[in-house]
Amino acid sequence: MGKYLARRLAQSIIVVFGVTLLSYFALFLAGDPTYLYVSERASQEEIDLVRKQLGFDRPVLEQYLRYIGGLLRGDLGNSLQTRTPALDLVLERLPATLELTIFAMLLSVLLAIPIGVISALKRGTVIDGAAMLFAMAGQSMPSFWLGIMLILFVGLQLRWLPISGHVPIIQPLLNGTFDIATLPDALRHLALPAITIGVFSLSRNARLIRSSMLETLPQDYVQTARSKGLQERLVVMRHAFRNAMIPIVTMIGLEFGFLLSGVVVVETVFSWPGVGRLVFNAINQQDIPLVQASVVVFSFIFVLLNLFVDLIYAQLDPRVRLN
Amino acid sequence: MAEEITPQVGTAIPVLAAGRQVGPKRPSEWRRAWRSLLRARWPLFALIIMGVMVFLALFGPQVSPRDPTKQALLQRQKPPGFVDRQGVTYFLGTDALGRDIYSRLIYGARVSLAVGVAAVGIGGTIGILLGLIAGYFGGAIDDIIMRVADIQLAFPFILLAIMVLVVLGQGIGNLILVLGIGQWVTYARIARAQTIAQRSREYVEAARSVGASSSRIMFRSIFPNIVAPLIVLASFNVASVILAEASLSFLGLGVPPTIPTWGGMLSESRDGLLGGFWWLAVFPGVCIMLTVLALNLLGDWLRDFLDPRLRGR
Repeated sequence: MGKYLARRLAQSIIVVFGVTLLSYFALFLAGDPTYLYVSERASQEEIDLVRKQLGFDRPVLEQYLRYIGGLLRGDLGNSLQTRTPALDLVLERLPATLELTIFAMLLSVLLAIPIGVISALKRGTVIDGAAMLFAMAGQSMPSFWLGIMLILFVGLQLRWLPISGHVPIIQPLLNGTFDIATLPDALRHLALPAITIGVFSLSRNARLIRSSMLETLPQDYVQTARSKGLQERLVVMRHAFRNAMIPIVTMIGLEFGFLLSGVVVVETVFSWPGVGRLVFNAINQQDIPLVQASVVVFSFIFVLLNLFVDLIYAQLDPRVRLN
Repeated sequence: MAEEITPQVGTAIPVLAAGRQVGPKRPSEWRRAWRSLLRARWPLFALIIMGVMVFLALFGPQVSPRDPTKQALLQRQKPPGFVDRQGVTYFLGTDALGRDIYSRLIYGARVSLAVGVAAVGIGGTIGILLGLIAGYFGGAIDDIIMRVADIQLAFPFILLAIMVLVVLGQGIGNLILVLGIGQWVTYARIARAQTIAQRSREYVEAARSVGASSSRIMFRSIFPNIVAPLIVLASFNVASVILAEASLSFLGLGVPPTIPTWGGMLSESRDGLLGGFWWLAVFPGVCIMLTVLALNLLGDWLRDFLDPRLRGR
């Protein structure tokens, strides 16, 4: 396990390094990056000044090392709009985004399991057909369009759920000021955005669980369990489902990162005060350092989560760390 | 979100018997494919939808009733079925600038399909090439290519796309390039795994023993035998690229707003939501969904057709 841990850790460091390299050198794709930091009407003196201030007149390698140095000290540059540290702006918005992602993930995994298992058991029936048709449709629509449809029909027409607004959960929990009475309201506000983000994953997971179950159900050990007179429920849950879950655990690990990248559009649709909307506004205002900081923070979380999931996975399935 | 539909696909498709053409190449194979399509109802439905979309993409200017960019500020946000003073019917209504939604949808098909096919073409070509090289030669070259692939997979692609497009600015060329580069990894992985499985087969040995060059063996001998899973991957991939394009256009990072696109129309529709102008949002989304659904259904069918053992999974 120690050897595997060391190897995985080394890989993660390489990936984080790769991410910083990409996010830094992306700035140079359009030529002199100074022009990304000044307004269109800036005079030549202003441009020269900014270039000097940001160090773009120095050799590229030196600039990159300076960028990495700042990164290690938690300095990702200042936002062009607010002139405050970009990292602070991102971290401030992170709890709202995490609430949304965690909730969407719970939704997509917890619903996908019964749908996938039942579809596999009732293979070829109307229930299976309907479930898979919905799953296919869920994988085929853009999440933000689903969001817009939910706003139009569930929010505005039926007035069942709020279409905007956010009641914080994580922030008060961290501060120790959390009041359980606000939870129902917080969940009501979470519902539509979380469904919007979660439906694609829900559909994919349901299909995956179904096909994984279909692969395990005819296996010999399942037949053996059945022939020794076990109840069908136990056969399905203890013998077939457990083994069918192995490929699904990996998928769920990757899922979090996927959901995280979905928040950019969905938060915009629901005016959710998270990192996603921050990125959207930064894009519109050409606030490059802020976009860059968000990308780096998201990637970092993504890499950490992948590492974490892989370690759990290696613990569960010895074959992984032996290979 | 681009590569999200694919993981279950490629790995599940073993290449059929060695040396046999697995793609629907010979005429009898085509006929078999056609019969299989007619038997299964959903793929046929998907094929019809794709036929319509491809037709609209090719002949949009000829069949669209009006100029999709012509503004008419006096008849803004008119509902579907609106008839103007000249007696012209706008049967899907008009948008916030009075432009005909039906005509804009027709032009949108062109952008979505072109971007999808072009990006998959670029990504597929790079990926297959690198995968063949990595699998055929192995060693250090293989290690380098696969490590770069790992790095890219360990990183949510849409974020990279956002970063690059913010710097480069809007434009169809930039969009296709970024989306294309986002796709190569999956192709490379599958092409590599298949190449490794093929390279010690007798027919490769035979080609080598008569003095065929490495590139000839890779492209003329191995490639035709690994092409089937790659075609399946491509059909799912065009679908996910279309979704990614819509997301980026929605963020204002895709195609410039002067060109009508489905994602862009959805982006514009947001301002009309509270006013209840539902038709601005419903129709472009339906177009995206139908196209993507059709491609996914066709991909499913193609996978089953090329490897009957997976049927119904």
